[in-house]
Amino acid sequence: MTANTPVASTESLTKVYGDRVAVDKVTMTVQRGEVYGFLGPNGAGKTTTLRMLLGLIRPTSGSASATSSVGALIEGPGFFPYLSGRANLRVLARHRGLPDAEVERVLERVDLAGRGDDRFKGYSLGMKQRLGVAAALMGDPELIVLDEPTNGLDPAGMADMRALVVDLARGGQTVLLSSHLLAEVQEICHRVSVIHDGRLLREGGVADLRGGVSLRVRATPEPEALAVAMRLAGDDGVRRDTDGGLLLTLPADRAPDVTRALVGAGVDVHEITAAERSLEEVFFEMTSQKEAVR
Amino acid sequence: MSTIVSTTRSTRAELMRLRAWPAVWITLGAWLVLSLLFGYLFTYLSYTSGDPGFADEGTTQAQQLARMMPDAVPNVFLQGMPMFGGALMMVLGALVAGNGYGWGTWKTLFAQGVRRTPALVGSVLSLTAVVVGTLVVTFALDLGVSLVIATTESQDVVMPSAGSVGEAFGAGFLVLEMWALLGFLLGTLARGPALSVGLGLVWALVVENLLRGVGQLLGWVETLTEVLPGTSAGSLIGAIVGVGDGDGTPGVVDTVPGDQAALTVAAYVVLAVLASIALVRRRDVT
Repeated sequence: MTANTPVASTESLTKVYGDRVAVDKVTMTVQRGEVYGFLGPNGAGKTTTLRMLLGLIRPTSGSASATSSVGALIEGPGFFPYLSGRANLRVLARHRGLPDAEVERVLERVDLAGRGDDRFKGYSLGMKQRLGVAAALMGDPELIVLDEPTNGLDPAGMADMRALVVDLARGGQTVLLSSHLLAEVQEICHRVSVIHDGRLLREGGVADLRGGVSLRVRATPEPEALAVAMRLAGDDGVRRDTDGGLLLTLPADRAPDVTRALVGAGVDVHEITAAERSLEEVFFEMTSQKEAVR
Repeated sequence: MSTIVSTTRSTRAELMRLRAWPAVWITLGAWLVLSLLFGYLFTYLSYTSGDPGFADEGTTQAQQLARMMPDAVPNVFLQGMPMFGGALMMVLGALVAGNGYGWGTWKTLFAQGVRRTPALVGSVLSLTAVVVGTLVVTFALDLGVSLVIATTESQDVVMPSAGSVGEAFGAGFLVLEMWALLGFLLGTLARGPALSVGLGLVWALVVENLLRGVGQLLGWVETLTEVLPGTSAGSLIGAIVGVGDGDGTPGVVDTVPGDQAALTVAAYVVLAVLASIALVRRRDVT
């Protein structure tokens, strides 16, 4: 899947606007061939980081570098409103020395070929977004950076976009996907990083971040249940679930052992199930900003 | 990839989008209408009505007719450029650069790895092509109208000399190019079209005229006005067509000699390009 060759990286990347630190010493690496999710609430510093990575804005300190073969959709598509979608892409193709056939290829790819001759200013938000993705795909770049590509898309459009990103990854293209739609990222990304208030909280594989399978236990009385759980899973292996139950970091096949131990200690077991934390739960734990994320 | 190849590609791309932009055609159309109105229509109406005061104080019908003949085309072609032509080209330059920020097209371009300097130079070159096209169309239209008038009035057709045509094209190019590129610089500075167009028009149509008035009272202001773009453009055209008696043509002046004015205008052209490149290379694109 990944060739462990970085195609984009940042090192202590920092951007300061006045007395506000927008991005604070962010270090991350995107490997060739992976779909890399860049997560964070609105205003966390995702787009600023991507802008620095693409050379659109200068870092205050630190460094950012990316392969020169890059296509990007950054914070909404920007095109000439009086030109059609097709003509806009042809202008971009001229700038980059690409043939018109490439324009047709990417229009087909984002399902806009039928509306390619409509003026950009008449496009819906979703169509504009798809045209922006088409621009990023032109020339088959080594790295594709997509900043919130599903913004403005209806559910079917979002599913299409997810399929497109998966398809790109299968084709060996590296995708850096910025999003706050965590289910989407969990589904299609190999690795993710989480940024909050300009600081990178965590970088790693999706499975690593989710922490594997746990056992969810609802039992009373709770103090006795907690004592048994900590004896079995260790102090660090137990945490509270959002609904008041306990999450034990133990494999699912330990459920009978846990049940026996709880019952033996006089604890009533109401529920014991195998549970896998979603990326969303992990994200909320890290950022404690649930309201900022849909 | 060499810078020349990149610049050529960007020039082709910018020409493609400028050709399809209604703002370009509206600007060109407005200039042609103004040029015909003030160059021929009002003079012709004055000539046919026999009212010498209608278009140009103190001229006789014979003088008016001579001004509309083909050999006078270079002068008519030039006389509106310091004022209307310059202002319109400045608006166009400001729109070309400023809308790139307003619409986010510079961002889209640079995010795809297109280098900034070739893209900007391509945009400048395509704007230059519009200026050249404007000159050619204006001259052809003026010549066509003058030929019609000469034929209608049963006058001998005497074509302008190649030298006078070349001189008119050179001076006209310098003036329109200067204003277009100063507009481009303003659009780049303001990172949007509205402020740059507004500021540019106020400067070109109002501020410089006021400063020339103040310059008659204050010596240092007069010295300053001699190097301002409007004064220089007006002086360059004035050195070729003459300032005339009375109020003369608006914007056409004889404040500085023609060669000095040409050098100043050329310096503004170079300065505007270099300053635009420096700004685009250095500043964040958001």
